[in-house]
Amino acid sequence: MSGEPTRRDRALLLATPALATIVVLMLLPMAIALAASFLTSTPYGGVTRPFTGASYVRFLYDRDLDDVLVFDTTYLRIFARSFIQAVLATACCLVIGLPLAWYMATRPPRLRQGLVLLVTIPFWTNLLIRTYCWVLLLRDQGLVNQVLQGSGLTQAPITFLYSDGAVLLGLVYASLPFMVLPIYAALEKLDPRLIEAAYDLYAGRWAILKTIVWPLAKPGAAAGTLMVFVPALGAFLAPDILGGGKTLMIGSLIQQQFSTARDWSFGAALSMILMTFVLGALMWHARQRSGRVLP
Amino acid sequence: MISRILTVTAATAFMLAMTGASVKAGGNLFVYNWTDYTSPDLIAKFEKETGIKVTVDTYDSNETLLAKLKSDSAGYDIVVVTSDFVPIFIDQRLIQKVDAATMPGFGNIETRWQNPAWDKGNAYTVPYHWGITAYAVNTKYIKEPADSLALLFDPPPQAKGKIGMLAAASEVMSLAELYLGLSPCQTDPAAMKAVYTLLEKQAPSVKVYSSDGIIDREASGETWIHQIWNGDSARARANNPDIKFVFPKEGAVGWMDNIAIPAGAKDVENAKLFMQFMLRPENSGLSANFTHYASAITGSTAFFDADMKAAPELQVPPDLKIAFTPTCPEAAIKLMDRVWTRLRR
Repeated sequence: MSGEPTRRDRALLLATPALATIVVLMLLPMAIALAASFLTSTPYGGVTRPFTGASYVRFLYDRDLDDVLVFDTTYLRIFARSFIQAVLATACCLVIGLPLAWYMATRPPRLRQGLVLLVTIPFWTNLLIRTYCWVLLLRDQGLVNQVLQGSGLTQAPITFLYSDGAVLLGLVYASLPFMVLPIYAALEKLDPRLIEAAYDLYAGRWAILKTIVWPLAKPGAAAGTLMVFVPALGAFLAPDILGGGKTLMIGSLIQQQFSTARDWSFGAALSMILMTFVLGALMWHARQRSGRVLP
Repeated sequence: MISRILTVTAATAFMLAMTGASVKAGGNLFVYNWTDYTSPDLIAKFEKETGIKVTVDTYDSNETLLAKLKSDSAGYDIVVVTSDFVPIFIDQRLIQKVDAATMPGFGNIETRWQNPAWDKGNAYTVPYHWGITAYAVNTKYIKEPADSLALLFDPPPQAKGKIGMLAAASEVMSLAELYLGLSPCQTDPAAMKAVYTLLEKQAPSVKVYSSDGIIDREASGETWIHQIWNGDSARARANNPDIKFVFPKEGAVGWMDNIAIPAGAKDVENAKLFMQFMLRPENSGLSANFTHYASAITGSTAFFDADMKAAPELQVPPDLKIAFTPTCPEAAIKLMDRVWTRLRR
């Protein structure tokens, strides 16, 4: 109230840029999407009144081609497929990322820096171009098939592309650094003397991994899991390019609503449902962790 | 979306190349056209003749163009709109009246393309290029006589996993409707059920639904039968002589891309100059040599390259039924989307 800014005022002032960013770039767009999901789509894109919950009803009940309103699993199936792919991608990243991060963290400091640089090098090229490169590698006349056939391992080309496996590969490839880097950051701080001490106390390799390395790597792995799982769930590039558009995933489904289907309201509703799923998963994750801390 | 990101790079390189050209004082012209659809030679010629500096930006679908023009801030002077979208752009007041019929050179437009269904009296647009959508086969692998859409929609067992279809629901559905003898833009659920049944039966044979990289897929033998636009088929044949474009006995889907001026264009006079420029046969022919699509301008074929003159893809049989897709009503779009989503659930 007085002329002198108090400590509290100053703190508030300093927090303003962050708060403004959150409000303008996160809360406001979300509010717009929420509002759009309860409005009615106009024929050429855009939304208008009246307010309705029809877009949410459509997620579970759709008019079938005989024009009867029936329970419809189409969208649930697409969500389930995306969910399974994201879980698998996260698991693969964890399985590959943990040993990789451990290897990096145990190198001499100079080498470590070089290795971190190597992990981040893919980011220098646009993800779209890297995903297209997989098409060139994996297609029937691609490098992989040429090597396989040239070495006599296979006779005819193997069809790798345009399958769920190819999509999974694309997701894992794109997300792996996001798993490796946080685990590495956690393990880098690990005091090697802890492991020496464990060996002195006759701990086996497995016991050391289980009781020393993993608990210390866990916060990194948890952060990595989030950073892989959430983008993978809404991924659009890999399913579209490597999946060949044969099966829909959430990302492509939402994109379709805003482009060819021109149903912005339904697209917004799908985004909201996806966000609810993600938030639910995060809250479950948080509760699990806090539950484990309490004895 | 995808090809757009890729082509931004190409467009940037193109624009950098253009800045090197000599520039007379003639203002600017911002052109927004489909990806890989603007002849650099044509733009260079226009710049040299008029002194207007041209900037080209590209998009990958009519929906992208629609969204961009609806956002008001687009800032383009020339856009290229496909026939089935022209009425939407007119209805939404996104493009402005130019009364093309009063323009010098309007008479150059072949009479069959004057006064088209999508723009009565050419009040808003002039033709850019036109083409047809059917399919191409690789004759090295496909020995069956290719004269019917049945080969695409009901392929022989040995072609399983070697079929490519376009990525847009409207492209796939309009050709399927033609095959089934239905009129386009069906709003009858029973008819669309037949379309769904047809596509569902075809689906196990389909390798990919994608409109990107078709030329490469066909030329390399990755796919043996691919739904394709005739110009792309000509380009695939240039890389692989085994590629043959098929004029199906059931007919083919036709479309015309049209030059229009957005409602908010800054330089309307320059844009009209560009329209008139494109009405001249030598320029339309020059453009066709790059795009590999047919021109609607009388006499332009005289300016075609030798391979364009001989291209079988452009020798459309006079008795071929060409079904120009009209603007589908909202109900038809909703039905199409339902079939399209269900097919890939």
